[in-house]
Amino acid sequence: MEQEPAAAEEPGSPEARRRRRRRREGRTRTVRSNLLPPPGAEDPGTSVAKGARRRCAGTQHLADNRLKTTKYTLLSFLPKNLFEQFHRLANVYFVFIALLNFVPAVNAFQPGLALAPVLFILAVTAFKDLWEDYSRHRSDHEINHLGCLVFSREEKQYVHRHWKEVRVGDFVRLRCNEIIPADILLLSSSDPDGLCHIETANLDGETNLKRRQVVRGFSELVSEFNPLTFTSVIECEKPNNDLTRFRGCIVHDSGKKAGLYKENLLLRGCTVRNTEAVVGIVIYAGHETKALLNNSGPRYKRSQLERQMNCDVLWCVLLLVCMSLFSAVGHGLWVQRYQEKKSLFDVPESDGTSLSPVTAAVYSFLTMIIVLQVLIPISLYVSIEIVKVCQVHFINQDIELYDEETDSQLQCRALNITEDLGQIQYIFSDKTGTLTENKMVFRRCTVSGVEYSHDANARRLARYQEADSEEEEVVPRGGSLPQRGSSGSHQSVRIVHRSQSTRSHRRTGSRAEAKLASMLSKHTAFSSPMEKDITPDPKLLEKVSECGRCLAFARHQEHPLAHLSPELSDIFDFFIALTICNTVVVTSPDQPRQKQVRVRFELKSPVKTIEDFLRRFTPSRLTSSCSSIGSVAATKPAHKAGSSFLSTLPNDSALLGLEERLGPPAPALASNGYSSGARGWAAQCAAAREPQPEPEPEPHSEPQPQPGPEGELRYEAESPDEAALVYAARAYNCKLVDRLHDQVSVELPHLGRLTFELLHTLGFDSIRKRMSVVIRHPLTDEINVYTKGADSVVMDLLLPCSADDARGRHQKKIRSKTQNYLNLYAVEGLRTLCIAKRVLSKEEYACWLQSHLEAESALDNREELLFQSALRLETNLHLLGATGIEDRLQDGVPETIAKLRQAGLQIWVLTGDKQETAINIAYACKLLDHNEEVITLNAESQEVCAALLDQCLHYVQSRSPHSAPEKTAGSLSVGFSPVYPPSTVTTAGPSLSLVIDGRSLAYALEKNLEDKFLFLAKQCRSVLCCRSTPLQKSMVVKLVRSKLKAMTLAIGDGANDVSMIQVADVGVGISGQEGMQAVMASDFAVPRFRYLERLLIVHGHWCYSRLANMVLYFFYKNTMFVGLLFWFQFYCGFSASAMIDQWYLIFFNLLFSSLPQLVTGVLDKDVPADVLLTKPQLYTSGQNREEYRPRTFWLNMADAAFQSLVCFFIPYLAYYDSDTDVFTWGTPITAIALFTFLLHLGIETKTWTWLNWTACGFSILLFFTVALIYNASCATCYPPSNPYWTMQTLMGDPVFYLTCLIAPVAALLPRLFCKALQGSLFPTQLQLARQLAKRSPEKLSAPKGTFAQGHVPGEPRTEPSEQRSLRASGSFSQDCGSQASWHAQQPACSPEASGEPSVVDMGMPLREDALLEGLSGQTPGASSPGQVVLEGCPRYSRRKPTSTSRAAPLSSIFSLPSFSSLSWISSLSLVSGLGSVLQFSRSGLQMDKRDGEFLASRPQPDQDLRGLSGQTTDCF
Amino acid sequence: IDYTGTDPSSPCNKCLSPNETPCVCTINFTLEQSFEGNVFMYYGLSNFYQNHRRYVKSRDDSQLNGDPSALLNPSKECEPYRRNEDKPIAPCGAIANSMFNDTLELFLVGNESDPTPIILKKKGIAWWTDKNVKFRNPPGGDIPLEERFKGTTKPVNWVKPVYMLDSDQDNNGFINEDFIVWMRTAALPTFRKLYRLIERTNDLHPTLPAGRYYLNITYNYPVHSFDGRKRMILSTISWMGGKNPFLGIAYIAIGSISFLLGVVLLVINHKYRNSSNTADITI
Repeated sequence: MEQEPAAAEEPGSPEARRRRRRRREGRTRTVRSNLLPPPGAEDPGTSVAKGARRRCAGTQHLADNRLKTTKYTLLSFLPKNLFEQFHRLANVYFVFIALLNFVPAVNAFQPGLALAPVLFILAVTAFKDLWEDYSRHRSDHEINHLGCLVFSREEKQYVHRHWKEVRVGDFVRLRCNEIIPADILLLSSSDPDGLCHIETANLDGETNLKRRQVVRGFSELVSEFNPLTFTSVIECEKPNNDLTRFRGCIVHDSGKKAGLYKENLLLRGCTVRNTEAVVGIVIYAGHETKALLNNSGPRYKRSQLERQMNCDVLWCVLLLVCMSLFSAVGHGLWVQRYQEKKSLFDVPESDGTSLSPVTAAVYSFLTMIIVLQVLIPISLYVSIEIVKVCQVHFINQDIELYDEETDSQLQCRALNITEDLGQIQYIFSDKTGTLTENKMVFRRCTVSGVEYSHDANARRLARYQEADSEEEEVVPRGGSLPQRGSSGSHQSVRIVHRSQSTRSHRRTGSRAEAKLASMLSKHTAFSSPMEKDITPDPKLLEKVSECGRCLAFARHQEHPLAHLSPELSDIFDFFIALTICNTVVVTSPDQPRQKQVRVRFELKSPVKTIEDFLRRFTPSRLTSSCSSIGSVAATKPAHKAGSSFLSTLPNDSALLGLEERLGPPAPALASNGYSSGARGWAAQCAAAREPQPEPEPEPHSEPQPQPGPEGELRYEAESPDEAALVYAARAYNCKLVDRLHDQVSVELPHLGRLTFELLHTLGFDSIRKRMSVVIRHPLTDEINVYTKGADSVVMDLLLPCSADDARGRHQKKIRSKTQNYLNLYAVEGLRTLCIAKRVLSKEEYACWLQSHLEAESALDNREELLFQSALRLETNLHLLGATGIEDRLQDGVPETIAKLRQAGLQIWVLTGDKQETAINIAYACKLLDHNEEVITLNAESQEVCAALLDQCLHYVQSRSPHSAPEKTAGSLSVGFSPVYPPSTVTTAGPSLSLVIDGRSLAYALEKNLEDKFLFLAKQCRSVLCCRSTPLQKSMVVKLVRSKLKAMTLAIGDGANDVSMIQVADVGVGISGQEGMQAVMASDFAVPRFRYLERLLIVHGHWCYSRLANMVLYFFYKNTMFVGLLFWFQFYCGFSASAMIDQWYLIFFNLLFSSLPQLVTGVLDKDVPADVLLTKPQLYTSGQNREEYRPRTFWLNMADAAFQSLVCFFIPYLAYYDSDTDVFTWGTPITAIALFTFLLHLGIETKTWTWLNWTACGFSILLFFTVALIYNASCATCYPPSNPYWTMQTLMGDPVFYLTCLIAPVAALLPRLFCKALQGSLFPTQLQLARQLAKRSPEKLSAPKGTFAQGHVPGEPRTEPSEQRSLRASGSFSQDCGSQASWHAQQPACSPEASGEPSVVDMGMPLREDALLEGLSGQTPGASSPGQVVLEGCPRYSRRKPTSTSRAAPLSSIFSLPSFSSLSWISSLSLVSGLGSVLQFSRSGLQMDKRDGEFLASRPQPDQDLRGLSGQTTDCF
Repeated sequence: IDYTGTDPSSPCNKCLSPNETPCVCTINFTLEQSFEGNVFMYYGLSNFYQNHRRYVKSRDDSQLNGDPSALLNPSKECEPYRRNEDKPIAPCGAIANSMFNDTLELFLVGNESDPTPIILKKKGIAWWTDKNVKFRNPPGGDIPLEERFKGTTKPVNWVKPVYMLDSDQDNNGFINEDFIVWMRTAALPTFRKLYRLIERTNDLHPTLPAGRYYLNITYNYPVHSFDGRKRMILSTISWMGGKNPFLGIAYIAIGSISFLLGVVLLVINHKYRNSSNTADITI
């Protein structure tokens, strides 16, 4: 490293003042105290360096701590925002068009007016950006003005500063529970061990405490750290975003260097816990902190639909160009034809010469582009954004996706891919934490070859699983209690306590309370009662206590462990390893995050002499300290030594005796046991030692609510496995009571508290797959290495045992037995861990230590050196045993998987677990079925893998030869019959599943094999990849995505799933147990796997169908509108003249017709949620892109062309050879277009809410209002149309109304007919489901259930009026009458309302309400008012069949006795027919059609009624 | 009645040659039925693209509204009919320039020798708002129109300046109703424009009794060059406006189509109802 310049920068004289010094060289940054004088100023020897430094200082700035996430400033907003907006091609296009308008020769509109829509869109977007930026600015401001204590040189003390004033090199003092303002190097901690605990929840979501350590070399300073004396220089990396890595070194005055690691760094955003105060120097500030560097904004993914849409936009552009070209040519010809004839209407150029046809054509082309620009929907993108935002809002608000247990709900992190959720074909799922809870429960273990099955535990777990709701009785556990009672006589007191504590757990064991508990104790990770509460295996418990007894007796002898039998010693070691070999932090819930036992040892560093150690832990000291327990005013040295063995066995009785004697304080003491005693004791020590007293836990006189003497110690672990193991050990009375960075206190049954000196911790990493601790055993003084790791790894590292001697043979036997058990565990789906031990001699240890220290202090490739150092340590292990931990399946996983399967989704599970475990979990969650054939690929080499693949392929092909050719087409939708999900097409017999392990997967993913692999995988119903690395996971996803062109979704919860989540089209993170990395990388975050079902099947489907329909509608609308203009060109000499006033033309899209489609796009639900959930097959419509395909697009366009033809030529013919002028003729066309759009939307809309009605009504109203106002505003303005009083004149013209009625009907007739025809002949799944949804509530006797599922936004509003209709029969008819009139007030947008004078027929949406309309449709024309009323009522009541008292209107109709006319009877029978028979919808539809015809041809109503009643009887 | 005169046998054929000005021709026709109520007399033009983009634009509404500044300085849109010999054209623009200037007179041949002229009303043919709001003569109170239009010149194709369109002061200048009607550019190349009103004089007699009539045409407007057609149309007006059978036909046609489709759907529904039910069950 840069030692040279660092040495040169030693401080000169202290009186010079400088704010700070900075220097950056190469890859490092140098930080020194701000309090220091400027280096080099008085140092003549370093002038060169100074110059260089000054240059550096001039050019490079260290960021200060001011946070600025805003994109714009006041000045830069406009240009910058515009620049960003013009990245969107459409904006450029529209601005180009608008600018084209300024060219006089080609302009079509008033230039200013043409700019209006573009400016409007830009302004809306800009405003949105501005608002976002402002809210960012506000939050920045808030954060920047948080306060913290910074050491000020002037005042020589810590003063309050705002966060933004913190600079690199400042000394910051933080107190408990404060948030760290910048990346700070920890220099001093109030903790005597130089520790500091931080909570990193803000960074990664992990709630457990992380331990940070004072920089080595500063921890010796017992007195308070004085920043003034800090003269060292810190060299560290340049700012980077790697949270898990930091390295650098600190150079002291003396030239000594000490390494800095991530353990020394406090990251911005974390919270200080458990530590009163820390002091550190700021290293990175502001935007250079790791937290902020990691904070990249939301990702931008482009959804598939959007890609397709963009493609279609291009088609539209092409169409536009074609149209323009066509009319340009036409205009050229026209000009040629009329020019030489000197026609009167030919307008020559201003200079009198007439245009040549070619020039005219070119001008015409450009003008046409301007006029027809509407074809490219300007508001499309904005509308889509709005719709998506609303969709995201709805998804976020969905109460069904709310998880009570974790108090979290689904969050959408990506705003623009909601519709992709509806198109997923492949799901790639992680197993651990995704399918399973990732709440580890200790299930079984084997120690030295003996299996302890923990049957009681298993039973208990089973009870947890089954008894979710029923109140669990407090089972006193009669079986285990006496046994335990007899296991040790000295333990009786504690066992009573224990059973109390466990009982309290049991009481909370019922599911609901567990939720409550976990919510209450949200701070504590992994501490559901289920994990904590473990029933020990009686056999093993006995052995443990026996072992403890032996040890207790043997304690005073020279080699205590030698007295144990090998098995017992193994058991002892096993539990010690379980307890110690982890990074669990102990806390106590009643004093959250406050360290309770602050007993300080004189154990400074791992490097000590053995003699010293021995001296301190002689038994004599132990006994003496025991006697001193009761005395309150113990001396400090006594504490130090004695507290370690505070709770030895005699101690128990001593305490009990004390308790009897002491009186009032005694209960507290007894209930708290020694831990509380020690706590108070320690508190006094602390008070004596520290100037400011630490917050005292609680007064002793207060009765303790805690049931057990343990004081409910909580273990907070980085991984749930660790916590499970520690809890398991606790169940065997082997309690971890305290953990400091250099010592671990364990409480053992007969030995009391043992304190292990923790020499080293070699943390877990995924390469080694194990972790180790090096400890010094307090009883034997041996240096032991305990290793815990994956069985495959640990088994290989075991000490090779010779088969010669008996011991070796025994070992071998144990090993093979253990291996057997491991396999057994794996088959049961348990996670297995091996525990092993190694005894190091002092020499070995010293040797290793040296190399390890070297590795630690190395700056370059330290990781590698450490890794090798760890490898050296973890060899020749002695196997102790193995554990099996169960990872329970999450609620509803099998059901969800089954549903998703039905929905046609292929589910692949990619897990890092063992093959057996994975397969078992797969069986458990119904991913694999027992009658399926499972193909397992386990290849050792490339060739084998290839051969295996070939073999499997042959096999598969021989099974289903017919389906093979279809499948090779590459698309899953080929040969897909709508009834079955695609995966089951091939399989008549048992379906296939593929299981592949990591190594084979690596081979299979090679270039030459991947096709075969994919082909095989496609044949299989499910694919399971075990032992796969994160990289492989992402490769598999990428492969499927690119080769199969399928939409992929990856779901996972851990950091190992991040790459997979990022690669997939849709990434879903589970905000579960393993931190937030997956969530950070994901597009959607769900609390549980089962919510995926609703997210995909309901919301995904909705989002997709809504958006697809909306996009299609957009294209339709614009094409149709442009079509009108285009047809007109044939009648105006292709002169690019527009009959529609420019105002209407420009604002039509933007104002008049945009709202209804937005409402529909946001709210439309083609099928209700409950039906979607019960019929997951409907999801396939999204996968196959049924709603939005090129074919549908072109059909849509064709329909648009047809409609525009109709809408153009009906007015054309109606006004042919009349005296209308251009714009008086254009206005009805505009109105017709508007009506047609709304009716078209009505056909497409599947759910009608009052919002839809309002939007439609608003549109029409707006159009007429604007038109009227506009036409009345100015008599001479708005050339050339000058539409003064046009609208007003038209309103008085009956022809206007007549055309407005006939044209939309005629235009929509084919579409309606086709829809109806297709609906009755070839109904799609969705239509059938819709129908089902309509009738199912009627079939249900209790409609309440379905009512709850509806969630139709409009329902609450319409309900009251409906209730009104359900009153007593006396007022019934009047009510209905009012309702009928209510209907009549709705805009007349149903097609059958074409001139129909009857009010009843107006205002009903057509298709989905067709069966309702059948009722109303049968009253033609002029029927009696009473009949109208009757017709109105049943329809209305049937329209909302989900209401609670739906049956009422029918019965009340039946109870109406008074009328007896023929029409009454027929309609009554009709009503009853509808009540019971449901197929009526079809006939209703055509009745409706017929009705439309009545008004023109006026047939006899009687006849029709007769036909109807005949039909109803048919229905019966 | 087409009086363009392309047919050689037509009496107006002679007027096609440009040298014969003014040309008056007479066309005889017979009304089979008498016209009750008010009769509207239209002139119709075919193949006349009044909706051509540049044509439509070529006007100045401010000028027509009597704005003095616009009168003397017409809008650029009027080019090239903006100025003539350094004088602003009033009314400027191509629309005004190409104003229809045939004169039509209608005579009832009651008895062979003594044809009765039908009284043709010139006023009331334009929209009220156009006449009273949109179109105004330049201000000036009692000053004669000629003075008010001082400094302007007539459109090139016109024979008379704008202030000599009619003798009636209320129908002269920009508020001449023939002019207003013409300025309302037609939507389609085949159009008609209201020319005169024939008001019903008393309730006993039909406005136009059946019989023979003849139409006296002062043929000025050249349409033959661009294959245009000129017609004279007599029409009564119903509550629906002008007579156009199309809407009725359309309603009947669409009604019957709907009926047919309804029947088809009914049949289909009867046939397929059961199958759709079973399909419901299988999903």
